[in-house]
Amino acid sequence: METKTSILDIEKVRSDFPILSREVNGKPLVYLDNGASSQKPKQVIDVITRYYEHKNSNIHRGIHTLSQEATDAYEKARKTVQSFTNAQHEHEVIFTSGTTDSINLVASSFGKKHIQKGDEILISTMEHHSNIVPWQMICEEKGAALKVVPINDKGEFLMEGFEQLLSEKTKLVAVTHVSNTLGTINPVKEIIEKAHQKGALVLIDGAQAVPHTKVDVQELDCDFYVFSGHKMFGPTGVGILYGKENILNDIPPYKGGGDMIKTVTFEKTTYNCLPHKLEAGTPNIIGGIGLAAAIDYMNAIGIDRIEAYEHELLTYATEQIKQIEGVRIIGEAAQKASVLSFVVEGTHPSDIGMIIDKLGIAIRTGHHCTEPLMNRLEIPGTARASFAFYNTFEEIDIFITALKRAIKMLL
Amino acid sequence: MTIKEAQNEIIDEFALFEEWMDKYEHIIELGKDLPIISTEHKTEENLIKGCQSRVWLHADLVNDKIIFSADSDAIITKGIIALVIRVFSNHTPKEIAEADLFFIDQIGLKEHLSPTRSNGLLAMVKQIKMYSIAFQAKA
Repeated sequence: METKTSILDIEKVRSDFPILSREVNGKPLVYLDNGASSQKPKQVIDVITRYYEHKNSNIHRGIHTLSQEATDAYEKARKTVQSFTNAQHEHEVIFTSGTTDSINLVASSFGKKHIQKGDEILISTMEHHSNIVPWQMICEEKGAALKVVPINDKGEFLMEGFEQLLSEKTKLVAVTHVSNTLGTINPVKEIIEKAHQKGALVLIDGAQAVPHTKVDVQELDCDFYVFSGHKMFGPTGVGILYGKENILNDIPPYKGGGDMIKTVTFEKTTYNCLPHKLEAGTPNIIGGIGLAAAIDYMNAIGIDRIEAYEHELLTYATEQIKQIEGVRIIGEAAQKASVLSFVVEGTHPSDIGMIIDKLGIAIRTGHHCTEPLMNRLEIPGTARASFAFYNTFEEIDIFITALKRAIKMLL
Repeated sequence: MTIKEAQNEIIDEFALFEEWMDKYEHIIELGKDLPIISTEHKTEENLIKGCQSRVWLHADLVNDKIIFSADSDAIITKGIIALVIRVFSNHTPKEIAEADLFFIDQIGLKEHLSPTRSNGLLAMVKQIKMYSIAFQAKA
């Protein structure tokens, strides 16, 4: 077995993540639930601590030095996200509370103005509930229809099915870049191109993509791209909505409050320009700054190297798990990010998860907030190991051994 | 045996296990032994849907005592259910309504009753209490 990789200095990387040295149930923690939330390097934790110790104050409206420093740090974070996503303008980067918030913003604001009775919104079968429910809500409100692009048994997006559903009625297409349950990497560039040909806008849910792969919103030509901070080594409670300038200028504000206004009278309020128009109230300042620190950290390692190393981890884990009798991998797309979902014949995923938790291993079990996908695959749920660049081949061995032990107990 | 005595008996039984794996092995065995709820009672009406696993619970009043039968698609959940049923089944509605459930905490399985675990167990315990109140009202 290959235990060392030349791609990353794994010892050094692991030493940056304090939580990785803790024990769980008397065993060294093996954290394989990165799809749910990732761990934070001390570079991010330090930035957060330092902000509260040295800069804490409100932004955008203060006259004093601290407020100026905090504003500078927050706006610098926006620039970091702009450069990370290669957005054309800084003000195309909107801070939100997370992917869910970003999607709700678009569904509500874009939907309010542009979705009419008889219009259609297209999503795929593998969407997370957060990329289903907001669209259902706006469709219900407006009398529009939600159409679902089918997948094949491997968990791949069916382009022909998509083309059949696309029409002049399609106002918006909302598709995940990487499936949180299956790991499938969707051909989003092609999806965007095809949607644009029919005049539909496209929102890409990048929550599971940005921690693993380079994203260039200009190259993709997507209209909206959304993701969360906590899945990419940053803090919880912060996320990003990227939107093209002209579209964000066109849609109405989502929330009303401070910071998003130009002038307020009891008769009429005029709104601020981008990005502030879409950022009402005091934002999660430290969230934004922490997210930028996480991006800096990822850039220092190199996203290409992260991707290459995680691909090795996934390949190794897939080979190992395939050797266990009764295991069926759920999600066998040709293009996959580091998600390994599986079921074991004769056992329930939650039993596996509970047993290996006692052996120090954190995985996720259940429907992963993709109930319609589970129904399509005719399974109640899966057990899912999802990897990050701080995981090791040794940890995969520990996981496989624990899994074998759990299966033996359960059968 | 009272509900309290039944719980103390389980606590003693679990005191034998030092390792988590032994504890789980025992629970799994209990789960395998639990009489499956009869098909006629494995209905949508008796289903308690958790995020992780599903639980079916049925209650009958026989000679003023409630008899519970239950099932789950997850074996550890089913094993814990077997224990809960052992404690509550075959008692009067009043006894069940007034009983305090303490053994799950004491044998270190508290996490299974946490709302975040969402395995249907917490809802099942609530449902057992509901049945006891409902049967009391009928009596």
